[in-house]
Amino acid sequence: MTDTLEKTLPDKAAVLAEMPDHPAVKAILAWNADALVEACFDRGELTLSIAPEAIRAAAATVQEAGYNFFEDMTAVDWFPSEPRFQLSYHILSHSFKERIRLRVMLDGADPAIDSITPVWQSAGYYEREVFDLFGVRFEGHPDLRRILMPDDWNGHPLRKDYPVEGYR
Amino acid sequence: MAEVTGTQILQAPTAEGAKDQHMVLNMGPQHPATHGVLRLVLEIDGEIIVRLYPEIGYLHTGIEKTCEAKFYHQVVPLTDRVNYLDPLSNNLCYCLAVEKLLGLEIPERAQWIRVLLTELSRLNSHLIWLGTHAMDIGALTVFLYTFREREDILRLFEAVAGQRMMTSYFRIGGLAMEPPLDFFARVQTFIRSLPEKIDEYSNLLTGNPIFINRLKGVGYLSAADAIALGVTGPPMRASGVDFDLRRDMPYSSYEKFQFKVPIATEGDCWARYVIRLVEMRESIKIIQQALDGMPEGLVKADAPKIVLPDREKMKTQMEALIHHFKIVTEGFAVPAGEVYQGIEAGHGQTGYYVVSDGTAKPYRVHMRYPSFATLQALETMCKGRMLADVVAVIGSIDIVLGEIDR
Repeated sequence: MTDTLEKTLPDKAAVLAEMPDHPAVKAILAWNADALVEACFDRGELTLSIAPEAIRAAAATVQEAGYNFFEDMTAVDWFPSEPRFQLSYHILSHSFKERIRLRVMLDGADPAIDSITPVWQSAGYYEREVFDLFGVRFEGHPDLRRILMPDDWNGHPLRKDYPVEGYR
Repeated sequence: MAEVTGTQILQAPTAEGAKDQHMVLNMGPQHPATHGVLRLVLEIDGEIIVRLYPEIGYLHTGIEKTCEAKFYHQVVPLTDRVNYLDPLSNNLCYCLAVEKLLGLEIPERAQWIRVLLTELSRLNSHLIWLGTHAMDIGALTVFLYTFREREDILRLFEAVAGQRMMTSYFRIGGLAMEPPLDFFARVQTFIRSLPEKIDEYSNLLTGNPIFINRLKGVGYLSAADAIALGVTGPPMRASGVDFDLRRDMPYSSYEKFQFKVPIATEGDCWARYVIRLVEMRESIKIIQQALDGMPEGLVKADAPKIVLPDREKMKTQMEALIHHFKIVTEGFAVPAGEVYQGIEAGHGQTGYYVVSDGTAKPYRVHMRYPSFATLQALETMCKGRMLADVVAVIGSIDIVLGEIDR
Protein backbone atom coordinates (compact mmCIF):
# COMPACT_ATOMS: atom_id res chain seq x y z
CA MET A 1 0.00 0.00 0.00
CA THR A 2 2.96 2.31 0.54
CA ASP A 3 3.72 2.65 -3.16
CA THR A 4 0.30 4.15 -3.84
CA LEU A 5 0.56 6.57 -0.94
CA GLU A 6 1.52 9.59 -3.01
CA LYS A 7 -1.02 8.94 -5.74
CA THR A 8 -4.52 10.31 -5.98
CA LEU A 9 -7.16 7.90 -7.23
CA PRO A 10 -10.20 10.04 -7.95
CA ASP A 11 -12.97 7.49 -8.46
CA LYS A 12 -14.17 3.95 -7.92
CA ALA A 13 -12.80 2.59 -11.19
CA ALA A 14 -9.30 3.86 -10.41
CA VAL A 15 -9.38 2.50 -6.85
CA LEU A 16 -10.60 -0.91 -8.03
CA ALA A 17 -7.91 -0.99 -10.71
CA GLU A 18 -5.01 0.14 -8.48
CA MET A 19 -5.90 -1.35 -5.10
CA PRO A 20 -7.78 -4.60 -5.76
CA ASP A 21 -5.87 -6.36 -2.97
CA HIS A 22 -6.62 -3.82 -0.28
CA PRO A 23 -8.25 -5.87 2.52
CA ALA A 24 -11.21 -3.53 3.01
CA VAL A 25 -11.93 -3.12 -0.72
CA LYS A 26 -11.65 -6.86 -1.23
CA ALA A 27 -13.97 -7.67 1.68
CA ILE A 28 -16.63 -5.18 0.57
CA LEU A 29 -16.53 -6.44 -3.03
CA ALA A 30 -16.77 -10.05 -1.91
CA TRP A 31 -19.73 -9.22 0.30
CA ASN A 32 -21.80 -6.94 -1.93
CA ALA A 33 -20.25 -5.00 -4.81
CA ASP A 34 -23.42 -2.93 -5.28
CA ALA A 35 -23.14 -1.43 -1.79
CA LEU A 36 -19.89 0.29 -2.78
CA VAL A 37 -21.24 3.42 -4.44
CA GLU A 38 -18.00 5.33 -4.91
CA ALA A 39 -14.40 5.22 -3.73
CA CYS A 40 -11.40 7.49 -3.73
CA PHE A 41 -7.85 7.57 -2.47
CA ASP A 42 -6.59 11.01 -1.62
CA ARG A 43 -3.71 12.29 0.57
CA GLY A 44 -2.97 8.74 1.67
CA GLU A 45 -6.51 8.11 2.91
CA LEU A 46 -8.93 5.61 1.44
CA THR A 47 -12.59 6.61 1.37
CA LEU A 48 -15.30 4.08 0.57
CA SER A 49 -18.77 5.46 -0.07
CA ILE A 50 -21.44 3.05 1.06
CA ALA A 51 -25.15 2.98 0.20
CA PRO A 52 -27.05 4.30 3.28
CA GLU A 53 -29.16 1.18 3.81
CA ALA A 54 -26.06 -1.05 3.80
CA ILE A 55 -23.96 0.75 6.42
CA ARG A 56 -24.44 -1.68 9.30
CA ALA A 57 -23.57 -4.70 7.18
CA ALA A 58 -20.64 -2.82 5.63
CA ALA A 59 -19.33 -1.98 9.11
CA ALA A 60 -19.60 -5.64 10.07
CA THR A 61 -17.79 -6.61 6.86
CA VAL A 62 -14.79 -4.34 7.40
CA GLN A 63 -14.67 -5.39 11.05
CA GLU A 64 -14.46 -8.98 9.85
CA ALA A 65 -11.70 -7.98 7.41
CA GLY A 66 -9.44 -6.77 10.23
CA TYR A 67 -10.51 -3.16 10.76
CA ASN A 68 -11.17 -3.81 14.39
CA PHE A 69 -11.25 -0.39 16.03
CA PHE A 70 -13.98 2.20 15.57
CA GLU A 71 -12.13 5.47 16.01
CA ASP A 72 -14.45 8.29 15.09
CA MET A 73 -17.73 9.18 13.42
CA THR A 74 -19.13 12.55 12.52
CA ALA A 75 -21.23 14.38 9.96
CA VAL A 76 -20.73 17.21 7.49
CA ASP A 77 -23.64 19.38 6.41
CA TRP A 78 -23.44 20.29 2.70
CA PHE A 79 -26.48 22.60 2.86
CA PRO A 80 -28.04 23.69 0.51
CA SER A 81 -26.94 20.92 -1.91
CA GLU A 82 -28.53 17.46 -1.87
CA PRO A 83 -27.87 14.83 -0.57
CA ARG A 84 -27.25 17.12 2.36
CA PHE A 85 -25.58 15.13 5.13
CA GLN A 86 -22.31 13.28 4.81
CA LEU A 87 -21.49 10.79 7.58
CA SER A 88 -17.81 9.88 7.90
CA TYR A 89 -16.83 6.79 9.87
CA HIS A 90 -13.13 6.39 10.62
CA ILE A 91 -12.15 2.80 11.24
CA LEU A 92 -8.68 1.82 12.38
CA SER A 93 -6.96 -1.51 12.00
CA HIS A 94 -4.54 -2.46 14.75
CA SER A 95 -3.01 -5.22 12.64
CA PHE A 96 -2.66 -3.38 9.28
CA LYS A 97 -1.79 -0.13 11.10
CA GLU A 98 -4.05 1.70 8.74
CA ARG A 99 -7.25 3.70 8.75
CA ILE A 100 -10.16 3.74 6.30
CA ARG A 101 -13.08 6.07 5.98
CA LEU A 102 -16.62 4.90 5.25
CA ARG A 103 -18.77 7.64 3.84
CA VAL A 104 -22.55 7.75 3.59
CA MET A 105 -24.61 10.50 1.99
CA LEU A 106 -28.10 11.23 3.38
CA ASP A 107 -30.95 13.38 2.12
CA GLY A 108 -31.83 16.51 4.06
CA ALA A 109 -35.49 15.65 4.62
CA ASP A 110 -35.84 13.52 7.76
CA PRO A 111 -32.30 12.05 7.68
CA ALA A 112 -32.14 8.60 9.25
CA ILE A 113 -29.77 5.66 9.05
CA ASP A 114 -29.16 2.36 10.81
CA SER A 115 -27.09 2.62 13.96
CA ILE A 116 -23.83 0.68 13.93
CA THR A 117 -23.87 0.16 17.72
CA PRO A 118 -24.57 -3.59 17.26
CA VAL A 119 -21.18 -3.79 15.49
CA TRP A 120 -19.21 -1.30 17.63
CA GLN A 121 -20.70 -0.36 20.96
CA SER A 122 -18.32 2.62 21.06
CA ALA A 123 -20.29 4.31 18.27
CA GLY A 124 -23.02 5.00 20.84
CA TYR A 125 -21.77 8.37 22.05
CA TYR A 126 -20.74 9.46 18.55
CA GLU A 127 -24.17 8.74 17.11
CA ARG A 128 -25.79 10.59 19.98
CA GLU A 129 -23.53 13.54 19.22
CA VAL A 130 -24.48 13.57 15.53
CA PHE A 131 -28.15 13.23 16.49
CA ASP A 132 -27.79 16.14 18.89
CA LEU A 133 -25.80 18.52 16.70
CA PHE A 134 -27.05 17.57 13.20
CA GLY A 135 -30.45 15.99 13.79
CA VAL A 136 -29.70 12.69 12.05
CA ARG A 137 -31.66 9.80 13.57
CA PHE A 138 -30.00 6.43 14.13
CA GLU A 139 -32.42 3.49 13.94
CA GLY A 140 -31.79 0.83 16.54
CA HIS A 141 -29.63 3.01 18.80
CA PRO A 142 -30.22 1.88 22.42
CA ASP A 143 -30.36 5.38 23.91
CA LEU A 144 -30.77 8.12 21.32
CA ARG A 145 -30.97 11.36 23.29
CA ARG A 146 -29.19 14.68 23.16
CA ILE A 147 -25.72 14.40 24.64
CA LEU A 148 -24.05 17.84 24.64
CA MET A 149 -26.89 20.33 24.32
CA PRO A 150 -29.60 20.73 27.01
CA ASP A 151 -32.53 18.29 26.71
CA ASP A 152 -35.01 21.06 25.89
CA TRP A 153 -32.89 22.71 23.16
CA ASN A 154 -34.48 23.57 19.83
CA GLY A 155 -32.56 23.01 16.62
CA HIS A 156 -29.26 21.37 15.77
CA PRO A 157 -26.29 23.74 16.16
CA LEU A 158 -23.81 22.25 13.68
CA ARG A 159 -26.19 22.50 10.74
CA LYS A 160 -25.08 25.16 8.29
CA ASP A 161 -28.43 26.98 8.44
CA TYR A 162 -27.94 27.51 12.17
CA PRO A 163 -26.15 30.83 12.82
CA VAL A 164 -22.81 30.99 14.62
CA GLU A 165 -23.95 33.91 16.76
CA GLY A 166 -27.07 35.97 17.39
CA TYR A 167 -30.69 34.81 17.43
CA ARG A 168 -32.07 31.90 15.52
CA MET B 1 -38.37 12.25 18.75
CA ALA B 2 -39.68 12.96 22.25
CA GLU B 3 -37.32 15.04 24.37
CA VAL B 4 -36.23 13.40 27.59
CA THR B 5 -35.64 15.55 30.64
CA GLY B 6 -33.11 15.12 33.41
CA THR B 7 -35.76 14.07 35.90
CA GLN B 8 -36.77 11.23 33.61
CA ILE B 9 -33.24 9.85 33.55
CA LEU B 10 -33.40 9.48 37.30
CA GLN B 11 -36.70 7.66 36.98
CA ALA B 12 -35.69 5.63 33.93
CA PRO B 13 -36.48 1.90 34.03
CA THR B 14 -33.88 0.10 36.09
CA ALA B 15 -32.52 -3.41 36.26
CA GLU B 16 -34.97 -6.25 36.77
CA GLY B 17 -35.85 -7.38 40.25
CA ALA B 18 -35.68 -5.50 43.49
CA LYS B 19 -36.11 -2.04 42.03
CA ASP B 20 -37.53 -0.50 45.19
CA GLN B 21 -34.43 -1.50 47.13
CA HIS B 22 -32.18 0.46 44.81
CA MET B 23 -31.25 4.04 45.44
CA VAL B 24 -30.48 6.60 42.76
CA LEU B 25 -27.62 8.86 43.68
CA ASN B 26 -26.48 11.95 41.87
CA MET B 27 -22.72 12.54 41.84
CA GLY B 28 -21.68 15.87 40.43
CA PRO B 29 -21.65 18.05 38.37
CA GLN B 30 -19.96 19.90 41.23
CA HIS B 31 -17.94 17.22 42.94
CA PRO B 32 -14.20 17.37 43.74
CA ALA B 33 -13.51 13.86 42.42
CA THR B 34 -15.12 14.25 39.01
CA HIS B 35 -12.21 16.29 37.56
CA GLY B 36 -14.47 18.92 36.08
CA VAL B 37 -18.19 19.22 35.60
CA LEU B 38 -19.11 15.59 35.08
CA ARG B 39 -22.41 14.36 36.43
CA LEU B 40 -22.89 10.70 37.18
CA VAL B 41 -26.30 9.24 37.89
CA LEU B 42 -25.64 6.14 39.97
CA GLU B 43 -28.10 3.42 40.83
CA ILE B 44 -26.86 1.61 43.89
CA ASP B 45 -27.91 -1.45 45.82
CA GLY B 46 -26.48 -0.78 49.25
CA GLU B 47 -22.99 0.28 48.26
CA ILE B 48 -22.82 -1.79 45.07
CA ILE B 49 -23.12 -0.04 41.69
CA VAL B 50 -25.98 -1.47 39.65
CA ARG B 51 -26.05 1.14 36.92
CA LEU B 52 -23.98 4.18 36.15
CA TYR B 53 -25.00 6.89 33.78
CA PRO B 54 -22.66 9.75 32.78
CA GLU B 55 -24.40 13.02 31.94
CA ILE B 56 -22.12 15.35 30.02
CA GLY B 57 -22.33 18.63 28.14
CA TYR B 58 -21.93 21.10 31.00
CA LEU B 59 -18.79 22.55 29.40
CA HIS B 60 -20.08 22.51 25.82
CA THR B 61 -19.00 25.70 24.09
CA GLY B 62 -19.52 24.74 20.46
CA ILE B 63 -15.84 25.01 19.55
CA GLU B 64 -16.39 22.96 16.38
CA LYS B 65 -18.98 25.49 15.23
CA THR B 66 -16.69 28.40 16.08
CA CYS B 67 -13.90 26.87 13.96
CA GLU B 68 -16.12 27.12 10.88
CA ALA B 69 -16.19 30.91 11.23
CA LYS B 70 -12.41 31.37 11.63
CA PHE B 71 -9.45 31.38 9.24
CA TYR B 72 -7.25 28.30 9.44
CA HIS B 73 -4.60 30.10 11.53
CA GLN B 74 -7.21 31.41 13.94
CA VAL B 75 -8.32 27.90 14.86
CA VAL B 76 -4.97 27.08 16.52
CA PRO B 77 -5.68 29.04 19.75
CA LEU B 78 -9.10 27.39 19.98
CA THR B 79 -7.51 23.94 20.07
CA ASP B 80 -5.55 24.79 23.24
CA ARG B 81 -8.75 25.41 25.08
CA VAL B 82 -10.23 22.00 24.35
CA ASN B 83 -7.76 20.04 26.43
CA TYR B 84 -6.02 22.56 28.64
CA LEU B 85 -3.80 19.96 30.30
CA ASP B 86 -2.10 18.78 27.11
CA PRO B 87 -2.26 21.91 24.90
CA LEU B 88 0.64 21.20 22.55
CA SER B 89 -0.76 17.83 21.47
CA ASN B 90 -3.93 19.59 20.32
CA ASN B 91 -1.91 22.20 18.42
CA LEU B 92 0.12 19.43 16.81
CA CYS B 93 -2.85 17.36 15.73
CA TYR B 94 -4.66 20.29 14.14
CA CYS B 95 -1.53 21.61 12.40
CA LEU B 96 -0.66 18.17 11.04
CA ALA B 97 -4.19 17.80 9.66
CA VAL B 98 -4.11 21.16 7.85
CA GLU B 99 -0.56 20.53 6.62
CA LYS B 100 -1.77 17.23 5.19
CA LEU B 101 -4.58 19.07 3.40
CA LEU B 102 -2.08 21.59 2.01
CA GLY B 103 0.58 18.99 1.22
CA LEU B 104 3.08 21.10 3.16
CA GLU B 105 6.54 19.79 4.09
CA ILE B 106 7.77 20.85 7.52
CA PRO B 107 11.52 21.41 8.18
CA GLU B 108 13.12 18.67 10.23
CA ARG B 109 14.08 20.97 13.07
CA ALA B 110 10.48 22.06 13.51
CA GLN B 111 9.36 18.41 13.57
CA TRP B 112 11.91 17.53 16.25
CA ILE B 113 11.02 20.50 18.42
CA ARG B 114 7.39 19.46 18.04
CA VAL B 115 8.26 15.98 19.29
CA LEU B 116 10.23 17.40 22.20
CA LEU B 117 7.43 19.71 23.24
CA THR B 118 4.59 17.22 22.85
CA GLU B 119 6.52 14.83 25.08
CA LEU B 120 6.90 17.62 27.66
CA SER B 121 3.18 18.16 27.25
CA ARG B 122 2.56 14.45 27.88
CA LEU B 123 4.67 14.66 31.03
CA ASN B 124 2.63 17.68 32.08
CA SER B 125 -0.60 15.78 31.54
CA HIS B 126 0.64 12.65 33.37
CA LEU B 127 1.93 14.72 36.30
CA ILE B 128 -1.49 16.30 36.77
CA TRP B 129 -3.11 12.89 36.48
CA LEU B 130 -0.78 11.41 39.12
CA GLY B 131 -1.28 14.28 41.54
CA THR B 132 -5.07 14.38 41.29
CA HIS B 133 -5.47 10.60 41.16
CA ALA B 134 -3.42 10.14 44.34
CA MET B 135 -5.31 13.01 45.95
CA ASP B 136 -8.66 11.33 45.19
CA ILE B 137 -7.40 8.19 46.91
CA GLY B 138 -6.29 10.24 49.90
CA ALA B 139 -2.56 10.72 49.33
CA LEU B 140 -2.45 14.51 49.42
CA THR B 141 1.34 14.90 49.46
CA VAL B 142 1.91 13.58 45.93
CA PHE B 143 -0.22 16.40 44.53
CA LEU B 144 2.19 19.00 45.92
CA TYR B 145 5.19 17.10 44.55
CA THR B 146 3.84 16.65 41.02
CA PHE B 147 2.68 20.25 40.79
CA ARG B 148 6.20 21.33 41.69
CA GLU B 149 7.53 19.59 38.55
CA ARG B 150 4.56 20.70 36.50
CA GLU B 151 5.48 24.27 37.36
CA ASP B 152 8.90 23.67 35.77
CA ILE B 153 7.25 22.41 32.59
CA LEU B 154 4.89 25.39 32.50
CA ARG B 155 7.91 27.70 32.80
CA LEU B 156 9.46 25.94 29.80
CA PHE B 157 6.22 26.45 27.86
CA GLU B 158 6.24 30.08 28.88
CA ALA B 159 9.80 30.41 27.59
CA VAL B 160 8.90 29.20 24.09
CA ALA B 161 5.33 30.42 23.72
CA GLY B 162 4.97 33.30 26.15
CA GLN B 163 2.01 31.43 27.64
CA ARG B 164 1.91 28.86 30.40
CA MET B 165 -1.16 26.88 29.41
CA MET B 166 -2.68 28.23 26.20
CA THR B 167 0.52 27.82 24.21
CA SER B 168 -0.57 27.99 20.52
CA TYR B 169 3.12 27.50 19.75
CA PHE B 170 2.75 25.13 16.80
CA ARG B 171 1.50 26.90 13.72
CA ILE B 172 0.45 25.67 10.32
CA GLY B 173 3.80 25.32 8.55
CA GLY B 174 6.04 24.93 11.59
CA LEU B 175 6.48 26.80 14.86
CA ALA B 176 5.59 30.32 15.92
CA MET B 177 9.27 31.19 16.34
CA GLU B 178 12.68 29.77 17.18
CA PRO B 179 12.90 28.81 20.89
CA PRO B 180 15.02 31.11 23.10
CA LEU B 181 18.78 30.51 23.21
CA ASP B 182 19.02 28.81 26.60
CA PHE B 183 15.87 26.75 26.09
CA PHE B 184 17.48 23.38 25.29
CA ALA B 185 19.87 23.75 28.23
CA ARG B 186 16.89 24.37 30.51
CA VAL B 187 15.08 21.32 29.16
CA GLN B 188 18.25 19.28 29.73
CA THR B 189 18.48 20.42 33.36
CA PHE B 190 14.83 19.61 33.89
CA ILE B 191 14.86 16.09 32.43
CA ARG B 192 18.11 15.26 34.20
CA SER B 193 16.39 15.83 37.53
CA LEU B 194 13.06 14.24 36.61
CA PRO B 195 13.84 10.48 36.89
CA GLU B 196 14.65 10.80 40.57
CA LYS B 197 11.50 12.84 41.09
CA ILE B 198 9.51 9.98 39.53
CA ASP B 199 11.30 7.60 41.93
CA GLU B 200 10.14 9.91 44.69
CA TYR B 201 6.48 9.60 43.65
CA SER B 202 6.92 5.90 43.22
CA ASN B 203 8.40 5.60 46.73
CA LEU B 204 5.38 7.38 48.13
CA LEU B 205 2.79 5.27 46.29
CA THR B 206 3.99 1.96 44.88
CA GLY B 207 4.59 0.34 48.26
CA ASN B 208 1.77 2.12 50.04
CA PRO B 209 -0.74 -0.51 51.27
CA ILE B 210 -3.72 1.88 51.13
CA PHE B 211 -2.90 2.91 47.58
CA ILE B 212 -2.41 -0.72 46.52
CA ASN B 213 -5.69 -1.84 48.08
CA ARG B 214 -7.62 0.98 46.47
CA LEU B 215 -6.26 0.24 42.98
CA LYS B 216 -5.41 -3.45 42.58
CA GLY B 217 -8.22 -5.42 40.98
CA VAL B 218 -10.42 -2.31 40.80
CA GLY B 219 -12.02 -1.08 37.59
CA TYR B 220 -11.23 -4.14 35.48
CA LEU B 221 -11.52 -3.72 31.72
CA SER B 222 -10.80 -6.61 29.35
CA ALA B 223 -8.95 -6.13 26.06
CA ALA B 224 -12.11 -7.00 24.08
CA ASP B 225 -14.15 -4.45 26.06
CA ALA B 226 -11.47 -1.80 25.61
CA ILE B 227 -11.73 -2.17 21.82
CA ALA B 228 -15.52 -2.48 21.80
CA LEU B 229 -15.94 0.65 23.92
CA GLY B 230 -13.40 2.78 22.04
CA VAL B 231 -10.91 3.11 24.90
CA THR B 232 -7.47 4.35 23.76
CA GLY B 233 -4.17 5.39 25.25
CA PRO B 234 -2.82 4.17 28.61
CA PRO B 235 -6.13 2.54 29.73
CA MET B 236 -6.19 0.48 26.51
CA ARG B 237 -2.56 -0.57 26.85
CA ALA B 238 -3.18 -1.46 30.51
CA SER B 239 -5.77 -3.93 29.22
CA GLY B 240 -3.22 -5.64 26.99
CA VAL B 241 -3.88 -4.04 23.59
CA ASP B 242 -0.47 -3.30 22.11
CA PHE B 243 -1.04 -0.20 20.01
CA ASP B 244 0.51 3.24 20.09
CA LEU B 245 0.13 5.67 17.19
CA ARG B 246 3.59 7.13 17.82
CA ARG B 247 5.15 3.75 17.05
CA ASP B 248 2.61 2.14 14.73
CA MET B 249 1.51 5.05 12.55
CA PRO B 250 4.30 7.58 13.14
CA TYR B 251 3.84 11.28 12.48
CA SER B 252 6.13 14.31 12.89
CA SER B 253 9.26 12.07 12.57
CA TYR B 254 8.47 9.84 15.60
CA GLU B 255 9.86 6.97 13.52
CA LYS B 256 13.35 8.34 14.22
CA PHE B 257 13.05 7.89 17.99
CA GLN B 258 13.59 4.76 20.03
CA PHE B 259 11.17 4.16 22.85
CA LYS B 260 9.25 1.32 24.43
CA VAL B 261 5.50 1.11 24.59
CA PRO B 262 4.57 -0.29 28.00
CA ILE B 263 1.87 -2.98 28.05
CA ALA B 264 0.11 -4.61 30.98
CA THR B 265 -2.54 -7.30 30.94
CA GLU B 266 -4.17 -6.84 34.35
CA GLY B 267 -6.59 -4.18 33.04
CA ASP B 268 -7.15 -2.65 36.46
CA CYS B 269 -6.45 0.79 37.95
CA TRP B 270 -3.09 -0.42 39.22
CA ALA B 271 -1.96 -1.42 35.72
CA ARG B 272 -2.96 2.04 34.44
CA TYR B 273 -0.91 3.63 37.22
CA VAL B 274 2.17 1.50 36.43
CA ILE B 275 1.86 2.11 32.68
CA ARG B 276 1.71 5.87 33.02
CA LEU B 277 4.77 5.92 35.27
CA VAL B 278 6.71 3.91 32.66
CA GLU B 279 5.41 6.21 29.92
CA MET B 280 6.80 9.18 31.79
CA ARG B 281 10.23 7.58 31.87
CA GLU B 282 9.97 6.76 28.14
CA SER B 283 9.01 10.38 27.41
CA ILE B 284 12.20 11.49 29.15
CA LYS B 285 14.18 9.19 26.85
CA ILE B 286 12.49 10.66 23.77
CA ILE B 287 13.22 14.20 24.95
CA GLN B 288 16.87 13.24 25.56
CA GLN B 289 17.13 11.83 22.01
CA ALA B 290 15.54 14.99 20.62
CA LEU B 291 18.04 17.16 22.51
CA ASP B 292 21.00 15.04 21.41
CA GLY B 293 20.11 14.88 17.74
CA MET B 294 18.38 18.24 17.27
CA PRO B 295 18.90 19.15 13.59
CA GLU B 296 19.85 22.65 12.54
CA GLY B 297 17.78 24.66 10.14
CA LEU B 298 14.60 26.65 9.93
CA VAL B 299 11.53 26.19 12.11
CA LYS B 300 9.06 27.35 9.46
CA ALA B 301 8.24 25.91 6.07
CA ASP B 302 9.14 27.90 2.99
CA ALA B 303 5.59 28.85 2.10
CA PRO B 304 5.25 32.66 2.19
CA LYS B 305 1.54 32.60 1.37
CA ILE B 306 0.76 30.37 4.36
CA VAL B 307 3.38 31.01 7.05
CA LEU B 308 3.53 34.44 8.68
CA PRO B 309 6.84 36.20 7.86
CA ASP B 310 9.46 37.10 10.45
CA ARG B 311 9.06 40.46 12.13
CA GLU B 312 12.45 41.55 10.81
CA LYS B 313 11.58 40.70 7.20
CA MET B 314 8.24 42.44 7.52
CA LYS B 315 9.96 45.68 8.40
CA THR B 316 12.51 45.47 5.60
CA GLN B 317 10.85 43.67 2.70
CA MET B 318 7.78 44.82 0.81
CA GLU B 319 6.87 41.26 -0.24
CA ALA B 320 6.85 40.01 3.32
CA LEU B 321 4.65 42.90 4.42
CA ILE B 322 2.14 42.15 1.65
CA HIS B 323 2.05 38.45 2.55
CA HIS B 324 1.56 39.28 6.22
CA PHE B 325 -1.30 41.64 5.38
CA LYS B 326 -2.95 39.07 3.11
CA ILE B 327 -2.65 36.16 5.58
CA VAL B 328 -4.03 38.21 8.47
CA THR B 329 -6.89 39.88 6.61
CA GLU B 330 -8.07 37.20 4.22
CA GLY B 331 -6.33 33.99 5.30
CA PHE B 332 -5.19 31.47 2.73
CA ALA B 333 -7.22 29.12 0.58
CA VAL B 334 -6.83 25.40 1.24
CA PRO B 335 -7.45 22.88 -1.59
CA ALA B 336 -10.79 21.11 -1.24
CA GLY B 337 -10.71 17.72 0.42
CA GLU B 338 -10.96 15.94 3.73
CA VAL B 339 -8.30 14.52 6.02
CA TYR B 340 -8.21 12.71 9.31
CA GLN B 341 -5.08 13.01 11.40
CA GLY B 342 -4.64 10.95 14.54
CA ILE B 343 -1.94 11.38 17.16
CA GLU B 344 -1.16 9.75 20.48
CA ALA B 345 -1.84 12.44 23.07
CA GLY B 346 -1.35 12.05 26.81
CA HIS B 347 -4.85 10.70 27.36
CA GLY B 348 -5.13 8.53 24.26
CA GLN B 349 -5.78 8.90 20.57
CA THR B 350 -6.69 12.41 19.53
CA GLY B 351 -7.90 12.93 15.99
CA TYR B 352 -8.80 15.93 13.88
CA TYR B 353 -11.08 15.56 10.89
CA VAL B 354 -10.81 18.67 8.75
CA VAL B 355 -12.95 19.22 5.66
CA SER B 356 -12.09 22.01 3.24
CA ASP B 357 -14.30 23.39 0.49
CA GLY B 358 -11.46 25.35 -1.08
CA THR B 359 -12.02 28.60 0.84
CA ALA B 360 -9.97 30.29 3.58
CA LYS B 361 -12.13 28.93 6.40
CA PRO B 362 -12.46 25.26 7.33
CA TYR B 363 -15.81 23.86 6.21
CA ARG B 364 -15.89 21.46 9.13
CA VAL B 365 -13.49 20.65 11.95
CA HIS B 366 -14.31 17.61 14.02
CA MET B 367 -12.25 16.72 17.05
CA ARG B 368 -11.99 13.16 18.23
CA TYR B 369 -10.87 13.25 21.83
CA PRO B 370 -9.98 10.16 23.82
CA SER B 371 -11.85 11.04 27.03
CA PHE B 372 -15.18 11.17 25.20
CA ALA B 373 -14.93 7.53 24.14
CA THR B 374 -13.24 6.36 27.34
CA LEU B 375 -16.14 7.68 29.40
CA GLN B 376 -18.40 5.12 27.72
CA ALA B 377 -16.38 2.38 29.40
CA LEU B 378 -16.90 3.80 32.91
CA GLU B 379 -20.05 1.79 33.56
CA THR B 380 -18.37 -1.47 32.52
CA MET B 381 -15.47 -0.76 34.86
CA CYS B 382 -17.63 0.18 37.85
CA LYS B 383 -20.55 -2.24 37.62
CA GLY B 384 -20.75 -4.56 40.62
CA ARG B 385 -18.07 -2.63 42.49
CA MET B 386 -18.34 -0.43 45.56
CA LEU B 387 -19.39 3.21 45.35
CA ALA B 388 -15.98 4.41 46.59
CA ASP B 389 -14.28 2.64 43.67
CA VAL B 390 -15.94 5.01 41.20
CA VAL B 391 -13.64 7.77 42.42
CA ALA B 392 -10.57 5.57 41.91
CA VAL B 393 -11.72 4.53 38.42
CA ILE B 394 -12.46 8.08 37.26
CA GLY B 395 -8.99 9.07 38.43
CA SER B 396 -7.36 6.14 36.67
CA ILE B 397 -8.92 6.72 33.22
CA ASP B 398 -7.73 10.34 33.39
CA ILE B 399 -10.55 12.26 31.73
CA VAL B 400 -10.63 15.95 30.94
CA LEU B 401 -14.11 17.37 30.72
CA GLY B 402 -13.03 20.16 28.39
CA GLU B 403 -12.27 17.64 25.67
CA ILE B 404 -15.40 15.59 26.33
CA ASP B 405 -17.78 18.52 25.97
CA ARG B 406 -15.76 20.68 23.53
